[in-house]
Amino acid sequence: MNRTNQPGLRRRELGAALSFDLSRPGRVGCSLPPCDVPPSELPPPGCLRDELILPELSQLDVVRYFTRLSQLNFGVDTGFYPLGSCTMKYNPKLHEDVAGLPGFAGPHPLQPPETVQGALALMYELQGLLAEVTGLDEVSLTPAAGAQGELAGILMARAYQQARGDPRRRVLVPDSAHGTNPATAAMSGCQVVSVASDGQGNTDLTALAQALQEGDVAALMLTLPSTLGLFEPNIVRIAGMVHEAGALLYGDGANLNALLGQVKLGDLGFDVVHLNLHKTFSTPHGGGGPGCGPIAVRAHLAPFLPDPHVRHDEQSGRYVLARPERSIGRLGAFHGNFGVMVRAYAYLRSMGAEGLRQVSEQAVLNANYLLARLRDAYRLPYDRRCMHEVVFSGSRQKARGVRTLDVAKRLIDYGFHPPTIYFPLIVDEALMIEPTESESKETLDAFCEAMLAIAREAEEDPELVRSAPHEAPLRRLDEATAARRPVLRWRREEAGRA
Amino acid sequence: MSHPYIPATEEDRRAMLEAIGVSSVDELFADIPAEHRNPTLDLPPPLSEPELLRELGAMAGRNRPAAQMPCFLGAGAYRHFIPSVVGQLVSRGEFLTAYTPYQAEVSQGTLQTVFEFQSLVCELTGMDVANAGMYDGASALAEACLMAASITGRERIGLLSTVHPRYVDVVRTYAGGRGLAVDLMEPDAVARLGDHACLAFQQPNFFGYLEDADVLSWAAHDSGALLIAAVDPVSLGLLRPPTDYGADIAVAEGQPLGVPLSYGGPYVGLFACRGEYLRQMPGRLVGRTQDAEGRSGYVMTLQTREQHIRRERSTSNICTSQQLVALAVTVCLCTLGKQGLRRVAELCYHKAHYAASEIARLPGYSLPLEGVFFKEFVVRCPLPTAEVNRGLLERGIIGGLDVSDRIENGMLLCVTEMSTREEIDALVQALGENL
Repeated sequence: MNRTNQPGLRRRELGAALSFDLSRPGRVGCSLPPCDVPPSELPPPGCLRDELILPELSQLDVVRYFTRLSQLNFGVDTGFYPLGSCTMKYNPKLHEDVAGLPGFAGPHPLQPPETVQGALALMYELQGLLAEVTGLDEVSLTPAAGAQGELAGILMARAYQQARGDPRRRVLVPDSAHGTNPATAAMSGCQVVSVASDGQGNTDLTALAQALQEGDVAALMLTLPSTLGLFEPNIVRIAGMVHEAGALLYGDGANLNALLGQVKLGDLGFDVVHLNLHKTFSTPHGGGGPGCGPIAVRAHLAPFLPDPHVRHDEQSGRYVLARPERSIGRLGAFHGNFGVMVRAYAYLRSMGAEGLRQVSEQAVLNANYLLARLRDAYRLPYDRRCMHEVVFSGSRQKARGVRTLDVAKRLIDYGFHPPTIYFPLIVDEALMIEPTESESKETLDAFCEAMLAIAREAEEDPELVRSAPHEAPLRRLDEATAARRPVLRWRREEAGRA
Repeated sequence: MSHPYIPATEEDRRAMLEAIGVSSVDELFADIPAEHRNPTLDLPPPLSEPELLRELGAMAGRNRPAAQMPCFLGAGAYRHFIPSVVGQLVSRGEFLTAYTPYQAEVSQGTLQTVFEFQSLVCELTGMDVANAGMYDGASALAEACLMAASITGRERIGLLSTVHPRYVDVVRTYAGGRGLAVDLMEPDAVARLGDHACLAFQQPNFFGYLEDADVLSWAAHDSGALLIAAVDPVSLGLLRPPTDYGADIAVAEGQPLGVPLSYGGPYVGLFACRGEYLRQMPGRLVGRTQDAEGRSGYVMTLQTREQHIRRERSTSNICTSQQLVALAVTVCLCTLGKQGLRRVAELCYHKAHYAASEIARLPGYSLPLEGVFFKEFVVRCPLPTAEVNRGLLERGIIGGLDVSDRIENGMLLCVTEMSTREEIDALVQALGENL
């Protein structure tokens, strides 16, 4: 068994201590200067708090505690992380240095614009680069994540239609859609209508036609390639159908890694698209954010963009933040996750057009290589070329009593992070694998060897797979009890219990 | 030529194409309509690492960052002390490059730090439960209002007029999506509360002053509304927590705790509430459990509230939040500790009050607002605020926010533990010389 990617995660001790458990009264973690002004009378006692319970640790305590915790984590930096639809590509260290430059890390968001022209220039140029990549006209960088971009996009669609005297209240969402899509539609005050996929994994055109015919449709939200990793061959026709019904075509850009430089979403008929800088554009995932979910729109929707938008005054040469004329309003107190934008901008300036084409080519090539090597051992629900990710079904293994969950946990023993499991919902025992362009052929081969070994184990020694992981810091965790009797915080009364 | 971020060689590609059974990569893109394939991509030519550093270094050099100047600007983002351990620990690759911790056995680093974060936010706010974080303080407030609407079944949101105007704007955006009405009311007019889902206020308020929270609490609960408090987390080192005055939901902007100003983001929203409202909370929750061999461990839990399970019936559409920023807050609070946070709060208080009293003694300057303030306060200038700020900038000082749209010639000043006495005295002198 070739464990070239074993990250060497330590086995967890019994009774993992929290910072509160390590705390000792009187210890301090940093020094602060003395008060250099005459003290004022404190507020009346009624305003003050009686007690504050926070950990008291020495600085070395803090460093060891968090360093040891980090060693229990799997990251792209430590090994292969083939989560489908997450695009776990390499996060360039160069970008960390750039984002940390005092001129980028130091400005206050409300500083006078003339003191932050460099930052505004970066945002303005990034708006332009993303417009070029998507083939759309205007871009807003303000949404803090893809889901917030979706919210902005659907609110804009509704505002646009309202302004034309044609309000719409239904949003069409494929049955393969990511959960944020219907959740966004609900948050936007819309009714969600599910559209079926056909046997080839494409949108069922008859179902779509019927849903459109029922009227009152604000938008169709499509992910391209789909969450099955498949390109919609009828996309241009679908765009036509949607527009004819007076609706907008919304693009969930989570899977853009397959399309960089190969096709522009604007050319295919999309009106509004959100992007995930923390996927396609290499910014680090951070354990769950921060991300950045810019939206790109056609010119006629630009007046409705969120507040603010970066504009450039040709005459003075100055950059400013401006509120679009018919803006849907603010999404956050300031103008988005600037630190994330810096990293994405650096990526685009590093890659250029040719680099982006290489990215999508290699991402798609890598995924098809996995498809070719694994299709005999795992059931392929849609027998066609995939794009940047491939979806298998664990149904063959399920018949032997080994579920996709077990396969995922057993992959941990082989030193890999599991792929996405049980999504999309329309594939039984789904296993969604996205290698990205960052991975070498050796890594892909090692992963395939592991997957093939597990398929053999499912036949010959299913219990070994069902009881995995054996080599992780922890064995399988009891999620049922965690939900039934939630323990969501440290409490002083419970201190001392493991 | 190989790219440093794309390891595949020509030989690798040939072998892979052969295994797949195609002669060129082009065949793999056959589903894309031919007329739209291979578009022109008009992007600047790629830069190597040294070139990129030079170019972006120049761009960064065109900014005058507040973090490196005397700065008295607050209004939602603050120049506070960030211990060096924060940046170092947060940039560890195992934290930085991990995904959302769906596979708990290999994500205990992230999961335990989230549990820590939840615990710390509960201790600060007094609340029973806190989530893993929201995008920022403003969207946290907006989602708290939506949560109150879900809980009460009411369709009107009550907000005090002294809430940060940008927070009000964000609440309106989110409320508009759900068709909820937003009513702004003056602090002394809360008797207007009727069929409202909530009364939300900021403490200290936008101008830096404490509201009479007990009166607001009584007014809210008397009308059957939830009380939502948007608080300054540093102030909680000194001031009484929201549970003390009966808040049902507490939100905050976490940036003051270990997060660089970074021209506006990424920041993190803190979100905590009373235990009885647990299942209506948005956002991720991490709970403690055991593994098959009795070891303590952490998992994401109560996921049925969230979008990936509940879809259109979820409590929010939030997926990726601000985890690494929440980690910075966690490390910062563990480093400052009980004594440090109290000390920072006291320093802010004393320095702000020193600055206010010195400025008030200048001819032509006054303090138009009354009450208890923490680290921000408003001064009325003898000249238009914009003019005063221009004069300050010429002297290398970033002045306070221009609030003359609300208070004539008003300036909202912020003083933190990072403002030295020299800086404050220089500010006072500069203001005095403006006349």
